[in-house]
Amino acid sequence: MSDLGMVSETLHDNVAPLAGSRSSGHARQAVTPARRPFFRRSPLPGFGTGLTITLGYLSLLLLLPLGACLLKASSLSMSEFVTAVWSARARAAYWVTFETSFVAALINSACGLLLAWVLVRYQFFGRRFLDALIDLPFALPTAVAGLVFSALFVEKGWYGQVLVPLGMNVAYTRWGIILVIVFVGLPFVVRTIQPVLESLEKDLEEAAASLGASRWQTFQHVLFPALWPSILTGFALSFARGLGEYGAVVFVSGNKPFDTEIAPVLIVAKLEQFAYAEATAVALVLVAGSLLSLAAINWLERRSQRYAG
Amino acid sequence: MQVKQGHGPGISTLTPQEPFWLRCVLISLSFLVVGSLILVPIIYVFYQAIAPGIGTFFHNLLMDRDTRHAVWLTLTVAPLAVLFNTLFGIAAAWTITKFRFPGRTLLMSLLDMPFAISPVVAGLMFVLLFGMQGYLGPAVREWGIRIIFAWPGLVLATTFVTMPFIARELIPLMQTLGSDEELAAVSLGANPWQLFWRVTLPNIRWGLLFGIIQCHARAIGEFGAVYVVSGHIAGETDTMPLRVEKLFQEYNNPASFAVALLLTLIALATLIAKLVLEHWLTTQEAARRAEIEELPA
Repeated sequence: MSDLGMVSETLHDNVAPLAGSRSSGHARQAVTPARRPFFRRSPLPGFGTGLTITLGYLSLLLLLPLGACLLKASSLSMSEFVTAVWSARARAAYWVTFETSFVAALINSACGLLLAWVLVRYQFFGRRFLDALIDLPFALPTAVAGLVFSALFVEKGWYGQVLVPLGMNVAYTRWGIILVIVFVGLPFVVRTIQPVLESLEKDLEEAAASLGASRWQTFQHVLFPALWPSILTGFALSFARGLGEYGAVVFVSGNKPFDTEIAPVLIVAKLEQFAYAEATAVALVLVAGSLLSLAAINWLERRSQRYAG
Repeated sequence: MQVKQGHGPGISTLTPQEPFWLRCVLISLSFLVVGSLILVPIIYVFYQAIAPGIGTFFHNLLMDRDTRHAVWLTLTVAPLAVLFNTLFGIAAAWTITKFRFPGRTLLMSLLDMPFAISPVVAGLMFVLLFGMQGYLGPAVREWGIRIIFAWPGLVLATTFVTMPFIARELIPLMQTLGSDEELAAVSLGANPWQLFWRVTLPNIRWGLLFGIIQCHARAIGEFGAVYVVSGHIAGETDTMPLRVEKLFQEYNNPASFAVALLLTLIALATLIAKLVLEHWLTTQEAARRAEIEELPA
């Protein structure tokens, strides 16, 4: 569980009850029945200090800046806000962002399922090497990823030498954006599906086989239904990551408005023109988009847990 | 005689398997995907950085004053962000796992927020707050502190983006560990200081180390948020990833790849550290299990 892809696992823990730890707490509290209305006393120290540090930190780093963001956006009148958020250029940027993140998340789901399957089910030479490599995009700075992919796909690059003469331009097109998002998001999907696949009991597959199901039928009717919540979660994680990705994309996209300009690049462009309020308005749309996809993940997790339990 | 059916990595003979050719195809496809998407790009970084000559590589890295400053800046900003997030992570995990209070779930959701916010937007928020025309900017400047376009801004932005990593590693760990040991220590009269250093920290140290490794890797590579708050002043607020971008914009590819190689080496070191730690922990766990099984019932 301590792999780099902890995002999805921790989303599980969000809804998981405090197993074990509270039962002992109950026993102690029975001895000292001092109770506040909303808060059960614990004999452990550090609640005040811990909460103060946590809240102070969150306020300074998260709530205060978010508040500033909302305040700035509210300084625009309604029509100004709409013009900023819904200008032709902004709409094009949302669409490029959405489209590339979506396609990348689709590719990632397929590749992620393949890799998770191969890593969990098969023993072969180089398995551990493959497993280790998958974590690399987590650790590699996104700027390096962007730099390498743009260099690989230009005419003189290793991939470009082959692809450009065939008429396939990847650098400075939407395909370039999709590719770097695939790179950045791949570990999220693999590390979401992998633990689920590991925990699947073999009994059902054996039962299906003994009842005469072909391997493909077993996969279709037994394995896939059990796996799809995790595939969907991986999809959403990759999608959310793609929406906000900036570092890798600026290198490969060429950043042409209406063509390869993604929303984060538009925000930076507005900022460089000192159009702070407009930048903030676009930023709010972007944040709303990623919050929605993360909320969808949470919902999916809860749902799958309800059915699993 | 009973036939044992193993789940887990060992594949039992009873389990139906795909035909041999299909397994070969799937495994080859996996190598193709990972090879072309991850391995070749890494090799390409080495190739591009070293190809102009090893001398040029070191010249690009060491002789450029701005690049040297960028390396130094990254190696100070990232540890600072990690330090803050470690303190915060421990405090947040302690509060969330050891106590029940209203708003606890909300607090956990807030912890996840930085994952939902694009780094660029994170940078923008700090500019709105502490920039020249920001809400708190003028007040802060009166005290003579510069945050935006200076290193405190870089630390703030990096800290924000890497905020959840350590807390997110510690919370599930401390939940599974429970509070029994801490409660025992308190009932035996341990003071908070002893409780933390002698009971809690030894239990969570490896999880904490994992969190720190991840947080540090992310802090070093952070681009979007830092890009916005830094104002990219060469030799002053350029971190290593920003330096990569600036050299790339200046069409100085060899120098850009030289810095990129340094970042890649750090990433590889992170990965190896993580693997070693994981390996060590699984062997320890196995040894402990074996010990428990050997005990007479």
